[in-house]
Amino acid sequence: MSGKITMAAALNRAIDEAMAEDEGVILLGEDVAAKQGGGVFKISAGLTEKYGEHRIRATPISEQAILGACVGAALAGMRPIAEIMLMNFLTVAMDQIVNHAAKLRFMSGGQTNVPLVIRTTTGVGVGFGGQHSDMLEAWFAHVAGLKVVTPSNAADAQGLMRAAIACNDPVIFIENILCYGLQSEDPGANHIVPLGKAAVAKEGTDCSIITYGRTVLDALEVAGQLAEEGISVEVIDLRTIAPYDEETVTASVRKTGRAVVLHEAVKAYGTGAEIAARLNEKLFGELKAPVQRLGGAFSAVPMASALEQSWIPTKDGIKQAVHATMNWKK
Amino acid sequence: MKIDRDKLLDIYTRTMRIAKTDEKFRSLLMSGKFASMYYTVRGQELVSAAAMAALEPTDYLVTTYRGQHDQIAKGVPLKPLFAEIIGKATGTCKGKGGAMHITHPDSGVMVTTGVVGSGLPIANGLAMAAQNRKDGRIAVTCFGDGASNIGAFHEALNMAELYKLPVIFICQNNRYGEHTAFADHTCVDSIVTRAAAYGMKGVKVDGNDAEAMYTVVKEAADRARAGEGPTLIEAMCYRMMGHFFGADFSYMPKEHLEEMAREDPLPRLRKLMLDYQYSEAELDAILADIDAEVEAAAQFAFDSPFPDASELRIDVYEEEIAA
Ligand SMILES: Cc1ncc(C[n+]2csc(CCOP(=O)(O)OP(=O)(O)O)c2C)c(N)n1
Ligand SMILES: [Mg+2]
Repeated sequence: MSGKITMAAALNRAIDEAMAEDEGVILLGEDVAAKQGGGVFKISAGLTEKYGEHRIRATPISEQAILGACVGAALAGMRPIAEIMLMNFLTVAMDQIVNHAAKLRFMSGGQTNVPLVIRTTTGVGVGFGGQHSDMLEAWFAHVAGLKVVTPSNAADAQGLMRAAIACNDPVIFIENILCYGLQSEDPGANHIVPLGKAAVAKEGTDCSIITYGRTVLDALEVAGQLAEEGISVEVIDLRTIAPYDEETVTASVRKTGRAVVLHEAVKAYGTGAEIAARLNEKLFGELKAPVQRLGGAFSAVPMASALEQSWIPTKDGIKQAVHATMNWKK
Repeated sequence: MKIDRDKLLDIYTRTMRIAKTDEKFRSLLMSGKFASMYYTVRGQELVSAAAMAALEPTDYLVTTYRGQHDQIAKGVPLKPLFAEIIGKATGTCKGKGGAMHITHPDSGVMVTTGVVGSGLPIANGLAMAAQNRKDGRIAVTCFGDGASNIGAFHEALNMAELYKLPVIFICQNNRYGEHTAFADHTCVDSIVTRAAAYGMKGVKVDGNDAEAMYTVVKEAADRARAGEGPTLIEAMCYRMMGHFFGADFSYMPKEHLEEMAREDPLPRLRKLMLDYQYSEAELDAILADIDAEVEAAAQFAFDSPFPDASELRIDVYEEEIAA
């Protein structure tokens, strides 16, 4: 293991490794083949040259047809990966995801299954506005049969992607536009991070911040600042949002007695509400303060940078939420 | 056009298994022996029988809620089919799918969808798997006239032709989508004209003509297998009852009902069998066998246990969900 790797390169490597190993791994998406330059974010750069146009299929702008074809190929035993350019565009193909990919294993009584990875990207902070920035993980986490994954660093992106491709059920794999350039220590070839396992990104004893994706970076920064004030923050990076790693999260909050749940998605009805409720169910008498929730404002994501920065949880806001749990008086 | 005499017998047998099964379900529902949402296939038996007789058992099928004729014609055994529809643990899908979601990969029935039009993109994916593997399989998907107005239809046709996928789109135009007549929901006279918009081969056929229906599907299957791409087939037929069992169909004009009665595929096929020199006695013997098979299947279903509540945690994911 030597040097660093970016999240974009790590994702490309994971897909490349899986394609080399299994002919059934195919990639479908708009602009993904060599002719189009290997995808809008270049995640499939170089793969057409190696695996051919039957395995890297540039598609028409037809999200229902892309995801439907992936469902069909998966039913036939292939391991398709769909690249849906931006997360908001999943909404035009919800039927294939929710009614088909998620449910066919159950509705067939286990006779069929859908080993499909739906890769998509999104992110607040680039000024893409209301229809190109949403984090919709809660919509998918609500559907039995789907797994929802999002990495916060390059090494996890590589390892989670390998695990997602190997998974025999459909996985929504959320990439954050702002994270593609992030660098990690290169984890080397064939790195796998199992689905369903959260990571303790930083250990601490006073308050747990439970988060995932890009906001892990904010949480780590805030944890560093709070350490100077003598507050020891533990940061949990869920990595897999659904199924939820109850064991790791409960153990952390049992230890600290305080929790802040943080995500970029709209706070109202978000996954933070589910996590807070579960902490209540498990740890009601042991909590030293009510669980604090942080998320996006209840509006469309605005374009203007000034507004966008007020829309997402700020580092100050995260710090205040931790303070609120520390200063709580019964 | 004449077809092989044995093939016609095969089509007859498939048709009558469909017809007898449907008749049995309607009589069970009528007598209150079980209750369920049931989309009768009365009037469309022959369309599927002739189509599926032109395929290989290993070919893939994706169909819809009104798909019992397609499933039986493709080879789904009657015992687990009855059990599934009645909601028993011995059903094709352990009672988790029901009539609208029959799946039986051993017969090639990969998906039955309750969402209008959603099967077409999925059939493309099955065909794509066959194309990549060069395994000689093709995918067939059946859907109604109403389904040709949903976006998925158009996206799927374009993609299928673009990739020259080995897939056949069979639109069973029964002239109604729920209560709405064809001319009131579609702006072209024939759905098959839409094939041209995608540079696709389109064929319109009288679905109640066994020889024509079989021949058209066989040609499309041969083309698909030869790598020549998809075909859109518009098979004209009639939905001889309401949208679902028990539903009102007084909105159908008298002339339509008369035309439908004249075109009933069952007497028409019987007559064709006689033209092909099958005797009444031979045909009746086949019907007696089918009757016995249907009765045994219904009995099997009623005698079978209900699924256990623990099934709610099984087949959601590969791993069982903890209790
Ligand atoms: C996307 C969607 N919209 C509406 C419905 C409700 N629905 C069920 S069947 C049907 C009519 C479909 O007509 P057609 O495609 O002609 O099939 P047929 O019932 O005649 O076989 C409708 C509107 C549905 N199941 N899916
Ligand atoms: Mg119809």
